[in-house]
Amino acid sequence: MKSDLELTNLIDAYLKGELTGTVLSDFEQLRKSDPSFDMKVVEHHNFILNLSDYGSRVKLSSDMNIIHESLNIQAMKDEVAPEAPKHIRLWKKYRINTAIAASVAFVAISATLLSTGYFSKSISTNVNLLRREINSIKRSQNALIKNINDKPAKGPADPGEFGGTGFALSTNGYLVTNFHVIKGADSLYVQNSEGEAFKVKLIYIDPAYDLAVLQITDPSFEKLASLPYSFKKAASDVGEDVFTIGFPRDEQVLGKGYVSAKNGYAGDTVAYQVSIPVNPGNSGGPLLDNRGNVIGIINGKQALLDGAAFAIKSSYILKSIEAIPQDSLEEKLVVNKKNTLAGLSRKDQFKKLEPYIYMVKVY
Amino acid sequence: MKKEVKSSVPADSEVVLGILNDSKETLSRLYTSYFPMVLQLVLKNNGNEDDAKDVFQESVIVLYNKVKAGNFELNSKLKTFLYSVCRRLWLKRLNEQSKTIRNVQDFSEIIAVEDDLEKHEEKDRQFAIMESALQQLGEPCKTIIEDYYIQNRSMQEICEKFGYTNADNAKTQKYKCLQRLKKLFFQT
Repeated sequence: MKSDLELTNLIDAYLKGELTGTVLSDFEQLRKSDPSFDMKVVEHHNFILNLSDYGSRVKLSSDMNIIHESLNIQAMKDEVAPEAPKHIRLWKKYRINTAIAASVAFVAISATLLSTGYFSKSISTNVNLLRREINSIKRSQNALIKNINDKPAKGPADPGEFGGTGFALSTNGYLVTNFHVIKGADSLYVQNSEGEAFKVKLIYIDPAYDLAVLQITDPSFEKLASLPYSFKKAASDVGEDVFTIGFPRDEQVLGKGYVSAKNGYAGDTVAYQVSIPVNPGNSGGPLLDNRGNVIGIINGKQALLDGAAFAIKSSYILKSIEAIPQDSLEEKLVVNKKNTLAGLSRKDQFKKLEPYIYMVKVY
Repeated sequence: MKKEVKSSVPADSEVVLGILNDSKETLSRLYTSYFPMVLQLVLKNNGNEDDAKDVFQESVIVLYNKVKAGNFELNSKLKTFLYSVCRRLWLKRLNEQSKTIRNVQDFSEIIAVEDDLEKHEEKDRQFAIMESALQQLGEPCKTIIEDYYIQNRSMQEICEKFGYTNADNAKTQKYKCLQRLKKLFFQT
């Protein structure tokens, strides 16, 4: 029996085709007669094949690397995949990130706006609230007029920073105006058509309906004669002729128009839409119908749109007054129910109304 | 934006013949003809030129193994075969790097090459084992084995190269080396 070493060498020689003559035929004879030997040959052969596979692959790889190195890869790259301009590449690379960032920003902004009540506020941004900013020119004019007339100054010498209109609710000095007129006030004065100013106290506010009730507390104030107008409880119809008196400047101004819609801005059921010329300073002025019933209180007009003013319905004024805790009042607030304006001409109505309508000055 | 890459392409049968004959020129033409296509595929799909090189060389190895195994039937264009293999390999590699690509930009038609790749993976494993076994074998065994079995050098040449006094000594050495290599190979 030959040693393993000799057998292996023999198999190697056989596989390389180096065996000849009797050695070869003996070898083949042995393979046929001895299965275990045959198996050994096959095993060895497989292993050698494996080894040569390895060898050829290594060679192939190295050949390919040589070829690869001889190629002009940059030129090839330029040909097959021309680089897009930088901004396009950046966009392609980061567009997903950009989209995500934009969505996050959008959500964050929306959430912030929502939580701060921006969207609910935006409705009123198209409505100009008609409180008047009293500018410095008017201020000096006023001072001049006062000097010339040499009228004894009552109340503050300086005109307010903001102004609006208010009107009497009762003979004992209760007035109603808009909440936005007196909002943020340090102190409040009202001035009647004769130029007399009185200090007033804020009694009640109703920001939801944009209403505020004031009371004249000035000792110089004398009780008014009974009110010529009453408050209409029912809603007015569209087309009803109406008029208002306000202080868009330092003098009462009459404005005439008609109710143009049942609801206010963006379907606001608290207000009417009124087609009437109004300006900053008209806020808080009474809106009266032909018979002299107060049907509303002017509070704003639509920006960028002519002839659309808004007035809070009078029923809400009555509601607000009812909501005032009567016990807390120094004097009883009794809303006038008797109307003495009906049937009068507009001139006479105006004359009668004059003393009950005040300019509200806010400091 | 598709761009057809144009270059003088060798006939497929020519290539097969060249592979069987281990022709260097065939390999070179194969490489220069089809590498741009693969470069384009990889570059446009999140890779760089080195990735393209690796993927393409692997696909050539797949092709060589397939042709040399003798079961290569030319039922598709060689170009399509190489492209499909590269595409498959590249997507797999992207997946391994846990980079996903939503829609692959394609530049050629594709065929199913899963079977070929399975065979290739098996071969690849064998190759890796053999590589590490040879690495562990150390010198001079590695060179002797490589010279004798891979380079097909005769015992006489090896004997002279390593300065053995006679061929029998060299044969004994070769035998010992082979036994160790087998041991290392089957161990893993």
